This record gives sequence, structure tokens and C-alpha cells, in this order.
Amino acid sequence: RLTNGWLPRAVNVDLQTDATLQVDISDALSERDKVKFTVHTKSTLPNFKQNEFSVVRQHEEFIWLHDSFVENEEYAGYIKLQKLGEGEGSMTKEEFTKMKQELEAEYLAIFKKTVAMHEVFLCRVAAHPVLRKDLNFHVFLEYNQDLSVRGKNKKEKLEDFFKNVVKSATDVDDFFEHEKTFLLEYHNRVKDASAKSDRMIRSHKNAADDINRIASSLYTLGTQDSTDLCKFFLKVSELFEKTRKIEARVAADEDLKLADLLKYYLRESQAAKDLLYRRSRALVDYENANKALDKARAKNRDVLQAETSQQLCCHKFEKISESAKQELVDFKTRRVAAFRKNLVELAELELKHAKVPFQRHSSDTTILNIE
Amino acid sequence: QSASEPASLPAEDISTNSNGPKQDSLFDDDPEDLFAEATEEVSLDSPERDVLLSDGPSPAITPITPPTSVLTPRIGLHDDMFTHSSFDEVKIEEEEGGDSFDIHISVSDPEKVGDGMNAYMAYKVTTKTSISLFKSHEFSVKRRFSDFLGLHSKLASKYLHIGYIVPPCAGKKHWMTKVKVGKEDQSSNEFVEKRRSALERYLMRTVKLPVLLKDPDVLQFLESSELPRAVSTQALSSAGLLRMVNKAAEAVNKMTIKMNESDAWFEEKQQHFENLDVQLRKLHASMESLVLHRKELSVNTAQFAKSAAMLGNSEDHTALSRALSQLAEVEEKIDQLHQDQANADFYLFSELLGDYVRLITAVKGVFDHRMKTWQKWQDTQMLLQKKREAEAKLQFNNKPDKLQQAKDEIKELEGKVEQGEREFEQISKTIRKEVSRFEKERVKDFKTIIIKYLESLVQTQQQLIKYWDAFLPEAKAIS
Repeated sequence: RLTNGWLPRAVNVDLQTDATLQVDISDALSERDKVKFTVHTKSTLPNFKQNEFSVVRQHEEFIWLHDSFVENEEYAGYIKLQKLGEGEGSMTKEEFTKMKQELEAEYLAIFKKTVAMHEVFLCRVAAHPVLRKDLNFHVFLEYNQDLSVRGKNKKEKLEDFFKNVVKSATDVDDFFEHEKTFLLEYHNRVKDASAKSDRMIRSHKNAADDINRIASSLYTLGTQDSTDLCKFFLKVSELFEKTRKIEARVAADEDLKLADLLKYYLRESQAAKDLLYRRSRALVDYENANKALDKARAKNRDVLQAETSQQLCCHKFEKISESAKQELVDFKTRRVAAFRKNLVELAELELKHAKVPFQRHSSDTTILNIE
Repeated sequence: QSASEPASLPAEDISTNSNGPKQDSLFDDDPEDLFAEATEEVSLDSPERDVLLSDGPSPAITPITPPTSVLTPRIGLHDDMFTHSSFDEVKIEEEEGGDSFDIHISVSDPEKVGDGMNAYMAYKVTTKTSISLFKSHEFSVKRRFSDFLGLHSKLASKYLHIGYIVPPCAGKKHWMTKVKVGKEDQSSNEFVEKRRSALERYLMRTVKLPVLLKDPDVLQFLESSELPRAVSTQALSSAGLLRMVNKAAEAVNKMTIKMNESDAWFEEKQQHFENLDVQLRKLHASMESLVLHRKELSVNTAQFAKSAAMLGNSEDHTALSRALSQLAEVEEKIDQLHQDQANADFYLFSELLGDYVRLITAVKGVFDHRMKTWQKWQDTQMLLQKKREAEAKLQFNNKPDKLQQAKDEIKELEGKVEQGEREFEQISKTIRKEVSRFEKERVKDFKTIIIKYLESLVQTQQQLIKYWDAFLPEAKAIS
């Protein structure tokens, strides 16, 4: 059970939470095969019956909420929220049980990640000027019965539209040009960094496992040996066990603060790219509508229809451009804040672990030098 | 006694002297005779004398092709620590004198000699000592790998079968395996350094045995500017080694003697070394795994550092971009830290364990030799018994000529039985002393080296603190 005590306030500081709507996960209870999140809301909005209330939600219900946003046409102009539970955040029932039975610390680390992910998702929604007003979201927060949603299995396929976009479409807007170039490169780099950080952390965990085995062997030697080395081996075994704990925690923290950060922004940058794709598509539609209108006017046939269509496309394109611009600016702000927070915390944790006195040199060497 | 030289030997002065122990008259005339313990007279021609080499084939030269440039061994952070750690001084405690002497041997300057197929690595062996056995206080010679193996071969053939725990020297097979498995090539700095370090430890362990220190072969190895090429007369192929092991096992099976008091000590010790062997091998394997993973961690950290730098480059927020570059720098420094720690893991801890796994094999061999000595004595005794019975029969049947022959044979056998008993008692006595010495050394070795290793861990931690301390303000500066 994880309670309010250790969960950091404002998990993702890039999302400004204001008094009108504050959402957090105040409690998380891991049962045999599922996790129950307590979603706690504080709000002065008139939409809610009370100013403060909590409900219990499971993972499937988060997915339901997420999917409802994705399917909503109205929200096409926003960077799509990241899908929850793809890979590292959630686990299968078997993995969960196994984790619990084995190393509690590792389990705790993974559990932390899961809860953090879900909370980030909610805070994103709560901070978003439009999404926070979504009815489904309010239902999710307030309705204290099961939402009885069935798990959905959606596959989102997105084409690499840039290659197909006719470059003649004069995209004179420098902002979007820059964003396009920037995002392409940034996304690739973040992808690489994410993969490399994963590998680095994996090696770290492997080393910790070896140290674990070494500590055990030393312990056995300590109980078996007939010489002065008995006590010595036992003491050294203790020290190795301490080292192992440190290494394991370093790896876990690097995972949480660095690897997860990079993964998150890998997906965010992909989502931003997708937004640009959608804008480009809208642009193409608009240009095609223009051409169709010209044709219609020339033939003086179905002009009204063509005009309506063109106006619709224009409107859609302008709307998407406007929201996209804001989204991309916000993306930068959020990104910078998130990196700052996580890098600072990473450094602080690394320092904390490095400073653990696993060998107080003078006192320990006298113990070790037993004659 | 000398075998035919392999064709690929370089054209150097090859003397085809026998490689038996030299009768060093200089030593015999020494009035002081500092080492009072009697040297067992070794009969070189004894056919039962077996040779235990640690592993590997003959000391014949295997052609190697390291690069032509003089290789400087890779010097890790704790170069001095690794090999000189527990060997800072060898104090030979004189049993009856109380004087102590010191000796320090270093193996350095690996250098490729010759070209192509005939090329080999030569090492400089420097001895610094105040022991009067030696002609001077500081001197150097050049030796090649086969010289080391040759020395070990000679010492093993002289001393193992009488109960001395002769330190093994990792043979060619060991190094070949390393090359195959470890993806290292013989020319890599790391491989050269590993071998250099191993040879140095081998020599230091060897001179720690008083009986070996004064051995003429050892003295010659350390002092002589020219060394006769090691030939493979006593080389043991792996087949030969297997034969020897099987024979020892047979001897043990035939042993039906009831264990008396003194034997209980041997039984107990044998069991102790069996257990120790199992545990040390396990520990060694785990340690080797750690070395591997730590090296992987170093490589992966370096790769991540580069990746983070690239990310920083493409980041268009200036402060964040700078912070990411700083992160990349920190990670780069940390990857070097991991590399250094991996070296400490290896040279301090892992090699210590590897050495002791090999040493314990030698210990077990010595116990086996005792068994065989006992067996030989028993066999001779049984033979004597048979001869006596035969003599009685001859006497009964009144065959005077054969009788005399029988009596002569019996006389000879009685002598052999006495000798067999003496040899058995001697080897038992030697082993007791040797095991006691060995255990003392083991305790000292492990304590000294492991403490040094733990210090390396502390050092690494302290470096980490420095690096992250420097980075933290950079991260906070992002706005």
C-alpha cells in the first residue's frame, strides 16, 4: 500500500495546477492482480457537487478515459495524450505477483512508476484548458461507481505523411517549418538516448545481481572457513550486501528519473510530430478544396457546394494551426520544466546514494584486521 | 635428456644443457647455511616421479604476433595496488634464526622480440632484495613466457612429490582460452597486462616458499642473463595429466588402512580444501561476471554520454541544452570510473580468487602424492612379504643357489621398505608444515587484498560525489 506520505506533490511540475481543479492520486493499493488508484479531486468548479472528493479507479478506467479523448474529433488539434500502460508502467498479473514475492524494493520501484504514470496522465488533463472541461473526465473523477468499461484494444496507425505531402504547398509559416525540422531531429535523438539509457541501466542491474551472488558466496565462506578469515568474510559479505543495495537503488532511480523521462518525451515528441502531420493533412485538404473551387467556378457548376467545402477546410486548417501552435509552445515549456525537475532529482538521488557510508574507513578496517 | 628443439625457435644462443637442477657449489660452500631445514635428496631418475603442471601443454614456443611497437601495459588507476598489494614485502621468517629478509620481484616492460612466426614477448624481471643468497641487491634479466613455464616445470618435478605446494603458473592453454572467450587478442594491451600481472604474482608466490627461494633454478632464473631454453622433457600433455590423476584416484581406492590419529588431520584438511575449492570457484565465477558487467556498464555509459550530448545539441532551449551537455560530460567521467572499478574488480579480487583456485589444485595434488607415497610403501612391503614366503619355500625345498638370490632380494627390499616408510613420514611432515604456511599466507593475502579492494569501492563512491555535486547546480540553472 502506498499512501499520500511519499508521493511527491505535483508529480509533473510542468502542469500548472490551479485552485479551480486539482487532481492527484492520493493512495494506491496493490491487490493480487490489480492496482486500485484513489483519485482525489479538489475543485471550485460548479460542475462538481462537492469541493473535494475521491473515487477509486482501476487501470481499465484510465484507458477508457484516454480513448474517449482520442476518438473525439474536437480534440484533433491537441497533442494526443500518451497511452497508459504500454510496457514498463504496468505489468501482467503473473509479473506483478512474482515481483511482490521476490524483491520488495524492486517491486516498490515499479509500483512507483505505475502510480506516477497514471497521475501524470490525470494532471495533464486537468491542466489542459479544453480537456479539463470534458464531461467524461468529470464522470471519471466524480462518479463513485464502476464505470464498467471493457478494456479496448486499439491500434493507431499513423502514416508518415511528410513524405507524401506535396512540397509545393507553400508553408510559409516559419514557426511550423522550424518545428518540423526541430521535432524530426529531436525525436530521433531522444529515441537514441532512451535506448542507450535503458541499456546502461540494465548493465547496472546486472552488476547489482552479481554483487548479490558475491555477498552470498562470501557469507558461505565465512561460515565454513576454519581460519581467522571466518569473521572477516562475514563482515565483507555484509559490506557487499550494502553495496548491492546501493547499486540496485541507483539503477532504480536512474530508471525512474532518466529512462522514464526520455521515454515519455520520446512519445510526446512523436505525438507532436503527429499533430504536425494532421495539420499538413488539413493543409492539403484546404489546397485541394481551393483547386476544386477554382474548377467549379470555371465550369460554373456546383459552385456553392465547392465554396462551402472550401470554407470548411479553411476553417479546419486555421483552427488546427492555431491550437497546434499553442500546443507546441506548451510542449517546449513542459519539456524544459520536466527535464529540469528530473535532472535535479536524479543528481540529488545519485548524491544521496554515493554518500551512503558503507565503509566508515577507520572503524571498519580495524574490524577487518582481526588477528 | 634434451628433446629436439622446435623448428620455430629464434636464432638465439640455445644451450642444450640438461635442465635438471644445477649443483650450485657456491651455495653448498656457504658456511652460514641459513636455511637449516634439510633438503630432501631428490632422485631425478625415479620413474614414479610425476610432474604436476597447473594446466596447459608443453613450454614449446607457440608463435605469436603482437604489434611491433613496444607495448606499454595499460596502467589502471591502481596499478601499484593490483600486483604489489600483498607482496609489498616478503618476510621470510627463519625457523631457527629469527632473522627476516625481504625480496620484491617485478615483471615489467613487455616487449615483442623478433618477427613473424618466431616472435615472442619478453619481460623484464627485476629483483630487489637484501637476502644474501643473491649476488647483488638489485638486478634485472629478460625472460620470455616459456621461461616461466620452464621454471615451474622444474620446480614441480622436484618438489611437488615430496609435499611442497609449488605455486602453479597459468599455462598456454589458460591464456589461449582467455583469447578465445574474452574476445581479446594477444596483442591487446589488456591481455598483455593481465599476463604480466599473473607472471609477477607467480614469481612472488614462488619465492615465498623458503625451499624454493634457495633453489638453484630459481636463483638462476632471477639472476642469469642467459637462460637455457626450456625444453619439454617434463612437459605434461593433458593426456598425461589425466593419467596421473587417474593413478592417484586408483591409489586412493586401494587404500584400506584404518585411519589413525595422525591421518584424521589429513582427512579433515582434505575435506576442508575440497569445500574451499567449491566455494572459491563459485565466488570466482560471480566475480568474473561482475567484471564483465561492470565493463559493459562502462561501455553503455559512454554510449549514453554521446547520445545525451547529441540530444543536448538538438535541444533548442539554451539552458536545457547546456545542462544536457553537462550531463553528457558527467556520464563520460563516470564511464571511466566504471572502467577503473572493473579493473580493480579484476586485478585485485578476481585474480586473487583465480590464483587460489589454482593453488588449491596444487594442494590437492600434494595430498594425492602422499597417498601414492603410502601406496608405494605398502606395495613394497607386500612384495617383501611375498619374497619372504618364497624364501621360506625355497629353504624348505633346499635350493641353495636360488636361496642366496632370494636372501639378497629380501635384503634389498627391506631397505626399500625402510626408505618407503621414511619417505611417507617425510612427506607427511612436510605437508603439515606446508599447509600451515599456506593457510597463514592465505589469510594474509585475502585480508590485504580485499581491504584494498574495498578501498577502491570507497574511492569510486567519492568520485561519484564529486561529479554529481558539480552537475547539480547546472541542472538547477535550467530556467
